[in-house]
Amino acid sequence: MQNKDIKRLTLILLFAPFALWILLLIILPHIGMVVLSLKEKVAPRVYEYSFANYLDFLHEPIYWNTLLRTGSMSLLVTALALLIGFPIAYYIAKIAGPRARGGLFLLCLIPLWVSDLIRSFGWILLLRETGVISNFLLWTGLIGQPVEFLYNDAAVIVGLVYTVILFMIVPLVSTLDGMDNSMIEAGYNLGGNGFTVLRRIIIPYAMPGIVAGCIVTFMLSAGSYLTPILLGGKNSSWFTEQIYNQFITRFNWEGGAAFGMLLLLFTSIVIWLGLKLSGQTLANTVAKS
Amino acid sequence: MLAQKKTSPFLLGYRLYVVAFFIFLAAPLISAGAFAFNDSLFPALPWQGFTLDWFFSDTEPKLGMFHDRRLLQGLYYSFVIAIFVAALSVFVGTTNAFLFVRGEFPGKNFFYIMMVVPLVIPGVILGISILVLASDTANYLEDTIDLELEFLRPGILLVVLGQFSFIATITSLVITARLKKFDETMEEAAFNLGASRARVLRTITLPFLRPAMIAAGIVAFLVSFENFNTTLFLVGSEAPLTITMYDRMAKVGSTPVLNAVSFVLMVGSGLLALLSILIQRDKSAQ
Amino acid sequence: MNGCPTPILPAGAFMKQDNPTYDLECLDIAKNFGSVRAVKGVSFDIPSGSFFSILGPSGCGKTTLMRMIAGFEEPSGGDIKIKGKSVLGVPPNRRNVKMVFQHLALFPMMNVYENIAYGLRCAGFGKDHIRRKVHDVLERIALPDVAEREIHQLSGGQKQRIAIARCMVLDPDVLLLDEPLGALDLKLREAMKIELKLLQHQFNTTFIYITHDQSEALVMSDNVAIMNQGEFEQIGTPQELYHRPNTAFVAGFVGDSNRWSGTVKASDGTGGKVETEQGLPMSFSAGAGQTIRDGAKVDIFVRPEFIRTVRTAEAAAIAADGDNRMDGVIDSLLFNGANSRVLVRTGSGELIESDVTLTGDNDLKPGEDVSLVWSSKQAMCFARQESA
Repeated sequence: MQNKDIKRLTLILLFAPFALWILLLIILPHIGMVVLSLKEKVAPRVYEYSFANYLDFLHEPIYWNTLLRTGSMSLLVTALALLIGFPIAYYIAKIAGPRARGGLFLLCLIPLWVSDLIRSFGWILLLRETGVISNFLLWTGLIGQPVEFLYNDAAVIVGLVYTVILFMIVPLVSTLDGMDNSMIEAGYNLGGNGFTVLRRIIIPYAMPGIVAGCIVTFMLSAGSYLTPILLGGKNSSWFTEQIYNQFITRFNWEGGAAFGMLLLLFTSIVIWLGLKLSGQTLANTVAKS
Repeated sequence: MLAQKKTSPFLLGYRLYVVAFFIFLAAPLISAGAFAFNDSLFPALPWQGFTLDWFFSDTEPKLGMFHDRRLLQGLYYSFVIAIFVAALSVFVGTTNAFLFVRGEFPGKNFFYIMMVVPLVIPGVILGISILVLASDTANYLEDTIDLELEFLRPGILLVVLGQFSFIATITSLVITARLKKFDETMEEAAFNLGASRARVLRTITLPFLRPAMIAAGIVAFLVSFENFNTTLFLVGSEAPLTITMYDRMAKVGSTPVLNAVSFVLMVGSGLLALLSILIQRDKSAQ
Repeated sequence: MNGCPTPILPAGAFMKQDNPTYDLECLDIAKNFGSVRAVKGVSFDIPSGSFFSILGPSGCGKTTLMRMIAGFEEPSGGDIKIKGKSVLGVPPNRRNVKMVFQHLALFPMMNVYENIAYGLRCAGFGKDHIRRKVHDVLERIALPDVAEREIHQLSGGQKQRIAIARCMVLDPDVLLLDEPLGALDLKLREAMKIELKLLQHQFNTTFIYITHDQSEALVMSDNVAIMNQGEFEQIGTPQELYHRPNTAFVAGFVGDSNRWSGTVKASDGTGGKVETEQGLPMSFSAGAGQTIRDGAKVDIFVRPEFIRTVRTAEAAAIAADGDNRMDGVIDSLLFNGANSRVLVRTGSGELIESDVTLTGDNDLKPGEDVSLVWSSKQAMCFARQESA
């Protein structure tokens, strides 16, 4: 039937851009990266297939220490973002009046529209030895001489939490917003106290939002480059920095590709574990936010 | 609600916490913006008085951003890249929305997940993987048939493609959400009133999607404008603004001209964000 | 029904099929979705300018039937003729059948004027002609001043009328209405029933109205088709359906009824005696077109307004009124003004509904012993369907 042909044609035309995008920009590049990461340079312009690049990673403690450090600090950042962000999201979704709600939500989004670079730049101006905070503390007399707050792990964590917390708050607000207030009231009505209502009703309900927020937060944190470098200084030891060094500084693309695959594998495993442990799926968390 | 059952000191504490949080959010942005107006060679205290030199002065050492050729060039490249990325992402986002809301085909759920995946791949990896594929292809073509394809080398096209590879997911999600809310009987009603298929699309469906398409376009534009991680590996000689600023910061150290650029970007992004909110708001009319 | 789909045709169905007095004819029309037979060979035709309702429970196939008439679904079998011409294969935008959707589907991005002008623009009319037609139709629906309003500024009843005007401005051969009152609140729904009927008279166009609400169908329609499981059970005027149902389904679906199941003890074909499953004897008359044999399993329906409730002490005097009598105790009184009812619990424990007139003086009260009396003429009896 002619009608059916038109439907098929439409479907194919709609599928084409999607397929080109995913195939050419996601799947093929990743295959290319896997292939490249398995190559070993044995002489100029001569390559052999081997696991040498991955073995390099295992044999050099700095590399895997950096990866573990990136992972554990990203987990810490994720946990902090959740702890700090949840009360804010709850306030916006449930406690603020309808007018204030929209305004607060927009306030939350404002840093989203400013690049990583500017956010980190702002923190540098605040935290460094000649920065605002140091000056302020001098002025109050709490410290006797300027203090350097930059270039340590705490600065990196503060900067990362700042960068990613919006991606935690936004999905949380949208899930909590969809929650019927009467559910919370029923919880109290049936004799729950604040803590049990939070634990038994609010958190389970908000789970998809929590998981979505955690995944995006973890990903952004582990994959971030500017914030750790600018706020952590020379010894920030972030894994993306290693990738950059391999690629740009040492021009060792094979090693860089292997590191990239390792980072991808590592983050994928963490996300997969997170999804399994919370009983959620990618489709009902990230895709919804 | 949770707080109403508590004593008011709890609520007061809660409010203070919220206020503190927003100060935390605002502080770096304010400091990044405010020092643009400090009449000093360094973006630091003490406050030396108000100046607009870091925007408009045309002499060293206080060369204002509007006279700094490299920054202006970066701004221009960022703008060009963001326009292309936004246009491409909105187009693909719209076709994807129709594909996943209206289409029925085997493996639909799998492909939907594939559509979301680019959002959870670190930007650095998107950058290097596209760089690797493009370079491999270019090298291969050069070696075998002696064909030099300049556009496969780092440059504007690769930056656009690299950013598009994950921004398309964002626009797809935004437009898909809107299309899901579309009441399909509206299309049937239009058919019933005698409209052709093309006319229904033009007069009913696309006008319904328009707010989401514009909002998605603005989001795509802003995300592209501020992107660093993916761009870093794909950039050629035409460096967009974030890369130029980063170079400046790494090589020259922070100068108040960077604050001036930050201020302009914040105002620009703020206005665009406001625009997208206003456009989304007219949804309430329906 | 009983497995063999014998469509119930009104007399006109076998007349010459290009007879122009029929705006719409459906001939043995069927629709299968995979193995599901949503519509099983339905035939009917509708005279010009009448108000025709299709009434049935949700899932009976009435919406599918309507979508086939509008052209959104292709029938699996049969033929649809509009003004005597088959429309099979004609796409929906070429059929002169317009439809008012369940949720109206007014276009929110356009104002009232643009909504009504939409179809005229599609047809390629000139600006002046469109303007004249739109203002003309707005006059006719008594909303002359709303042309520039946005859809969300209209009340529920106004939206309803605009949705009808949007169709009527195109002078359709048939207007389909798919439960358009469902979304309105009760009071507005009552008012819109009358309004729809008046609009139909005014435009003098054939209206086909789909609903699961029997009162909408009964109040507005010239003719009603009762649809069940993909088939028409009966087509007739509202009075015919109510007083002379052809099947047990129609008797049960249209209006309220008390219902008993039983076995025929003695029958002369059109009436006789039955013993209910509770062991009560009852006399009955066969439902229209039914022949009841001895020993048959049957269902008996008695409408509450045909049952008289009298105090047992006074019952003897009027027992002659009806040939059925049952004693019981008033369980509860359902006061609703003129539509008040009592629930009577009989000796065997079942509850029977009966309409009563309450005057506010010496009325029946819960706990009183009463007798229920009704005539065998009002006890409609149908042979039990095995499939039911």
